[in-house]
Amino acid sequence: MGLLSDPNRRRALINLLTRLNAPICVVCYMAGVAWFMGLAFEPFTLRTYMSENAMGSTMVEERFPSGERAVATGREFAAHKKKVSGMPVEWLVKTMQARGLEVYTQRFSRTLPFPDENKERYMVKGTNVYGILRAPRAPRTEALVLSAPCTPGDNNNQAVGLLLGLAQYFRNQIYWAKDIIFLVNDHDLIGMQAWLEGYHHTNTTGMDWSPLQGRGGSIQAALSLELSSDVVTSMDLVLEGLNGQLPNLDLANLFYAFCQKIGVLCTIQGKLQRNDWDSVSGYSHAVQTMMLMVMKQASGRPWGDHGLFLRYHIEAATIKGINSFRQYKTDATTIGRLLEGMYRKLNNLLERLHQSYFFYLMPSLSHFVSIGYYMPAFGLLAVILLLRALDLWVQLATPPPTTEDGIADIEQVRHAHSSSPGVLSVLTPLVISHLTGAALYMLPIRFQEMAVEHFPVSETEAVVLTAIAVYTLLTIIGTEQGWRVLKLVALLYLAVLLGCTALINFSLGFILALTLVPAAAFVTPHVPKVLSAFVLVILSPACTLLFSVFFFQELQEMPVSFLDGWLLYLSVISQGILDHFLYGSLVYPLIALLVYPCWLLFWNILFWK
Amino acid sequence: MSGLPGFLIDDRLHFPSCPSQGGQRFLVEMAAPLTLLLVLAVTIRAALFRSSLAELIAERVEVVSPITAWKRVVEGLALLDLGVSPYSGDVFHELADVITAVALYMAVKDYNKQVFRKQKFALEADRYPLDCLELIRSPKEMYYIPLKVAMFYLLNPFTILSCVAKSTCGLNNAVVALFIFSTIKGNTLLSAIFLCLATYQSIYPLTLCAPAMLYLMQRQYIPVNFRRASFWWFIAQYLFMYLGSLFVLICLSFFLLGSWDYMPSVYGFILSVPDLTPNIGLFWYFFAEMFEHFRLFFLCVFQINVFFYTIPLSVKLKEHPVFLIFMQLAVISIFKSYPTVGDIALYMAFLPVWSHLYRFLRNTFLVSCVLLACSTLFPVLWHLWIYAGSANSNFYYAITLLFNVAQILLVSDYFYAFLRREHHLTYGLYLKRKDGSEATLVLK
Repeated sequence: MGLLSDPNRRRALINLLTRLNAPICVVCYMAGVAWFMGLAFEPFTLRTYMSENAMGSTMVEERFPSGERAVATGREFAAHKKKVSGMPVEWLVKTMQARGLEVYTQRFSRTLPFPDENKERYMVKGTNVYGILRAPRAPRTEALVLSAPCTPGDNNNQAVGLLLGLAQYFRNQIYWAKDIIFLVNDHDLIGMQAWLEGYHHTNTTGMDWSPLQGRGGSIQAALSLELSSDVVTSMDLVLEGLNGQLPNLDLANLFYAFCQKIGVLCTIQGKLQRNDWDSVSGYSHAVQTMMLMVMKQASGRPWGDHGLFLRYHIEAATIKGINSFRQYKTDATTIGRLLEGMYRKLNNLLERLHQSYFFYLMPSLSHFVSIGYYMPAFGLLAVILLLRALDLWVQLATPPPTTEDGIADIEQVRHAHSSSPGVLSVLTPLVISHLTGAALYMLPIRFQEMAVEHFPVSETEAVVLTAIAVYTLLTIIGTEQGWRVLKLVALLYLAVLLGCTALINFSLGFILALTLVPAAAFVTPHVPKVLSAFVLVILSPACTLLFSVFFFQELQEMPVSFLDGWLLYLSVISQGILDHFLYGSLVYPLIALLVYPCWLLFWNILFWK
Repeated sequence: MSGLPGFLIDDRLHFPSCPSQGGQRFLVEMAAPLTLLLVLAVTIRAALFRSSLAELIAERVEVVSPITAWKRVVEGLALLDLGVSPYSGDVFHELADVITAVALYMAVKDYNKQVFRKQKFALEADRYPLDCLELIRSPKEMYYIPLKVAMFYLLNPFTILSCVAKSTCGLNNAVVALFIFSTIKGNTLLSAIFLCLATYQSIYPLTLCAPAMLYLMQRQYIPVNFRRASFWWFIAQYLFMYLGSLFVLICLSFFLLGSWDYMPSVYGFILSVPDLTPNIGLFWYFFAEMFEHFRLFFLCVFQINVFFYTIPLSVKLKEHPVFLIFMQLAVISIFKSYPTVGDIALYMAFLPVWSHLYRFLRNTFLVSCVLLACSTLFPVLWHLWIYAGSANSNFYYAITLLFNVAQILLVSDYFYAFLRREHHLTYGLYLKRKDGSEATLVLK
């Protein structure tokens, strides 16, 4: 506490911080970025290990035999799907009943706020079919879910076949202590949302669905199965859920452990594990994998059907079968054994998965970075804002050597009082930029119909164009001195905002900090206007998103031309808005209502007169 | 008087609250902004009451605690079979806030008048060192303080949240504000009655007894001297009124309920902290973690915090009872067993009264940053803990701790600044060491 009470030492520290403010900020920024890049370096990461006792040693035997039959069932399912051109509800009900499950259906319908052009849907109607395998050995208070989406086209038939095959096999085993729910959901995430809301008696998004007739116990864990082609060479694990939420790390460990045991090639973000961490290519591979995870998490959207389970405190992941044209093929029996092993382990759980980490990044499937290691990278960026704020605070107070001890010339005090800006001069830009933010949030949906009437554009484009039009609106308010107070407020606002964002979704917070912090640090009314305005626009949230789109494509090794990238950018914005209205993703309101107004404050400071 | 600059004398002559023709003008001038403020505050609350946020806020643990939750009041009333409660409307809660604000406004106005009068006498007696003139308060800066106090209370987001959540904390605050008002007006009987009401609601205001008595004695020119009979006579008088009204209240409750059950379930609940729902206080986590056989000991240690500081603070601040009231309110809201943000709002309303201490405050930046960050982190970490399930109670408690440390820092900073100003007023502003170099004050 000496620092808090001893004026001499305080003065020395504050002098140091204000004199060396700019260099310290630059060093912090570099250190933050370097720290972040260092996270992917293998010696700095931890090896994954199973924390949950109940799943500790791999003492289960996988005996699932009937992969071939599952594939045949999948073909049958495909035929019926083609016949009714949609979900073959009756066939599914019959087949599930024949396998000894309690079968129920749920109907749902939802009208999107505007047509989704990626998936070509507007008014969605569908039916979920699910069968419950009642636990023979326990009081049916807990349940596990295995789901497979019924997608249009030939994509996921094998997964449904495997699900039915597993149902039949599981039915004959006696060791189940939890209900197992086999769910085939229609219209992927929308169907999943309807089912989860029905299961938990909540309605957060205003969807119409019929109530569920049968329920199991409280769901402990869920896996979603997607097999994109009939030939599978490797299994990919998808963890990123709604709002960047991740399942407990033990679920990933479980998957990894069984892949090792059975000998299946396993990937994360579609990237295989490499052992040459000390080479440049090995390190860049790890960076690529981690950056992909960061980008996906930052987007805040569910990257598989599992993403919506996480909101209900249910640990869930999507397992994807991928055909990467390798020699080694994985047949349906092996995948079935993998799933059987995982379910038997999950069946042993005595409580929810909670022992391992919830906040982590994975540079490979066998290594992870925990919150304690990655938060300093963000902290180093956030501290810049606080340092700048401290600098401004000291400038705003009367000359430092005398005020620090509370003694100052009376003239200076009076001067400070007379020139201190009123509350209004700070409040006005704050209110105006928030109103602009609110407009950005409301207008795209409100005015899309109007725009469609008057211009020959498609509805999605109308939405996106409105969003951008609001975005480039300039607001310049010129009054006298008070920009320092405004900047102080804006800096603290940004620091708190980014801090809260990084706690909920580290990746989003970090990416926003990467661009917004330099913008916030350098802006004053006295820098060259045109150049800084250009830099500020480059560092705005909209441009951050544009760069992220290109960067993401680059990481996936699918580079796009600028025009394609622009189209992709537009569709990403409309997807973000849809995600908000359909599933309650928070990224769009966060950007529109808080981050963008905050950026506008800095814009105001630049054009302060 | 020779060293006085002209502006001071002028300002004093035109001090608007002098009971002359200025008083009339003053009333008109000040009533308008206050009314505007009240209308604005009530509008904000009414709008929030009608919005969907009201339900959300009423569930927040930061805003309501087991003893202030409106839900429980309604439950209790229903159990009493009183039918529809007359208090169930939101107007009632808005009214409580308005009463608090107006009472504080009047109290501070009166207090400022006295401070100014005292300063005037001291100036005329040449009691202040010459270089302290800049420390002397001018009527210009004091003019808007009462309005600022009302504004700090009514527009404080903490108060608004507390009111919209229909927390009964607003009622407690109203009673305490009325107590402060009647004390500053010098009405011994009303002061004792309101203090007894506040004590009756939640035990802690008991510690406000000391500043109230000190203030009333100062007002009646009774010296604080243990050997004087008048001192003891006054204390006996006050305690008699206080305990007498407490006795009447307790008996009334007994006759209303027909049993003594309410004593353990109200005061036992406050003192023995059986409900460990998380809140912004220090108790819940500690007692949730503790082994049962240490419970009583630590309960005493924790509870004694609230009461113990009364003695040293009263000794140190016996000349400045109103500042003592502020300190006591802060101590209560930090160390009480079920604190909510409404309690914090009450003592924060007093901050403008001490705006002249601003130059001696040392940690304003740090404290305001921490308080701001903590207030936003509370809901975020609560979400991560309860809804997302990814964080745990340690995260939330860490923020609680930080929040309370910041509050303690704030209060001790004000305490230090107050003592320092008093020190300068007696020894001069520019302290010299023995060798003639400039000295700095160091608090160790």
